Amino acid sequence: MTTWLIFRRSLRQSLRNPAWVLIGVFQPLVYLALFGPLLIPVVESTPGFPPGDAWQVFVPALVVQQVVFGTLFVGFGLIAELRAGVIDRMRVTPVSRTALLLGRALKDVVVLVLQSVLLVLIALPFGLRAPLGGVLLALALVAVAGLAMSCASYALALRLKSEEALGPVFNTFGLPLLLLSGVLLPLSVAPGWLFGLSRANPFAHIVEAERALFRGDLADPAVLLGAGATAVLLVLCVTWGIRTFHRESA
Amino acid sequence: MTRVITARGLARTFRARRGRSAQDVTAVAGVDIDVSAGELVGFLGPNGAGKTTTLRMLTTLLAPTAGTATVAGHDLRTDPQGVRRNIGYIGQSGGAGPDCAVRDELELQARLYGLPAAEAAARTGELLDAFDLGDAGTRTVQTLSGGQRRRLDIAMGLVHRPPLLFLDEPSTGLDPQSRANLWEHIRRLHAEHGTTLFLTTHYLDEADALCDRILVIDRGRIVAAGTPDELKRRVSGDLVVVGADSPDVVAGLAADLPGDEPAVDGSTVRFRTPDGAGVLPALLRGMDAVGVAPLSVEVRRPSLDDVFLTLTGRTLREAEADPAETAAEPALGGAR
Repeated sequence: MTTWLIFRRSLRQSLRNPAWVLIGVFQPLVYLALFGPLLIPVVESTPGFPPGDAWQVFVPALVVQQVVFGTLFVGFGLIAELRAGVIDRMRVTPVSRTALLLGRALKDVVVLVLQSVLLVLIALPFGLRAPLGGVLLALALVAVAGLAMSCASYALALRLKSEEALGPVFNTFGLPLLLLSGVLLPLSVAPGWLFGLSRANPFAHIVEAERALFRGDLADPAVLLGAGATAVLLVLCVTWGIRTFHRESA
Repeated sequence: MTRVITARGLARTFRARRGRSAQDVTAVAGVDIDVSAGELVGFLGPNGAGKTTTLRMLTTLLAPTAGTATVAGHDLRTDPQGVRRNIGYIGQSGGAGPDCAVRDELELQARLYGLPAAEAAARTGELLDAFDLGDAGTRTVQTLSGGQRRRLDIAMGLVHRPPLLFLDEPSTGLDPQSRANLWEHIRRLHAEHGTTLFLTTHYLDEADALCDRILVIDRGRIVAAGTPDELKRRVSGDLVVVGADSPDVVAGLAADLPGDEPAVDGSTVRFRTPDGAGVLPALLRGMDAVGVAPLSVEVRRPSLDDVFLTLTGRTLREAEADPAETAAEPALGGAR
């Protein structure tokens, strides 16, 4: 119930500044328009690429990129709220600390799903063809991964309490996380050591599951593996987030 | 009188990192606080003295590293939820979202305290009226003036009608007119609803004008407590200045009164005495008896600035300028 109250407040804030939702899609759109076409000949002439055409390989990866480079940054908003006293004002009420976290994180999930739908729709005229059922499942997986990332970002923000500290942490971990997930080029073309390294990255599995889902290949073991990685990520990050919200509020 | 705050040895140490080595910085070194129901208590001290840290501990926002406290009938450590339900807290930076609508924020705060939707809406309307914010309900918080903003903050702390309200530096950053207006609201809240108020301030005039009782804190310790009058009297006494044609005669009479030896300067006599207004009739009668007419009479009450100076050896302004102290209280109360 209180989760709903916090969710509604956060959503109203986002609706007041709808431009931010669009700005969040801008970066993946640039990738789509200016990098996507380069992949078409590469996909055709490179052995080891996953099945499917360039758009079926690239669009699901861009959706995951939004999770990492969009949702991970929600912590900056929390620091602004800390500074404005909003968090303290909510923490002096008897409201559950879990609701303070989840209400915000669920709003981030709604924004993320909206952005992903927008991205998929814009990718259609570029030549993306994907089965509706697969895409819906892919979006559900993205939503869960987004919830996990959002909780992780808030937990980190609450620990570090300053934009100056948060920025470098995100940049240090965000970029390797992204490159090791095979977003730009699939890791199936990677040398052995790099491929091995990427197996430790849950986002590599999520990207591969997303690609299988965009092909409509639900029986691909990558789907189950990606779902498993997402579930583990969710449990870890939500637990971390809830514990941090409880501890920092003493 | 019912006690609403009882704190014993409440202390907070922060871990501060300086390069690679970490060291403990004491923000509050163990304070005892007793506040009875219906009091208006001021917590006076320079920035960085430990006021905000103490307040954050009493309001469950920060765990004490030592000590115990009972706030609004509930133990701070074992029953923080009980404390939260019975207190209101208005932080230094307020707490309303700048891009949120005024009415939305008030209603949400009421819901967070467990009021049902209809009741929350009714209470919001009531508070908007009471704090002269009737027209501002649909505006976003960032469009409010400083004074309106502060009144909204206070309204948000009152949505659940708490019997005990904490205010952290309520008038910081307000222009004199908004400040006077805020004081009126605080006085009325205290007088009409009997709300117990505990506020921090680093303004002597605010503590003096508003509070029944003052706790003076410096460097994490409470160095004095009492009514503004008691504090002033106890520390330095009133300064009595009498002008007369025969100052030596006046000085002779004043020497028999309690207090310091009088000093003569031209035609004026000055002396400090614990109760200036109280000794004046006797002095004037004495002067009349020997036929000396006063040219001027003045009783100057000591200011709280005198009090702080006597207690700590520094004026409040000097204490504020000492940067080493403000470092003891990290921004946002960042605790490790």
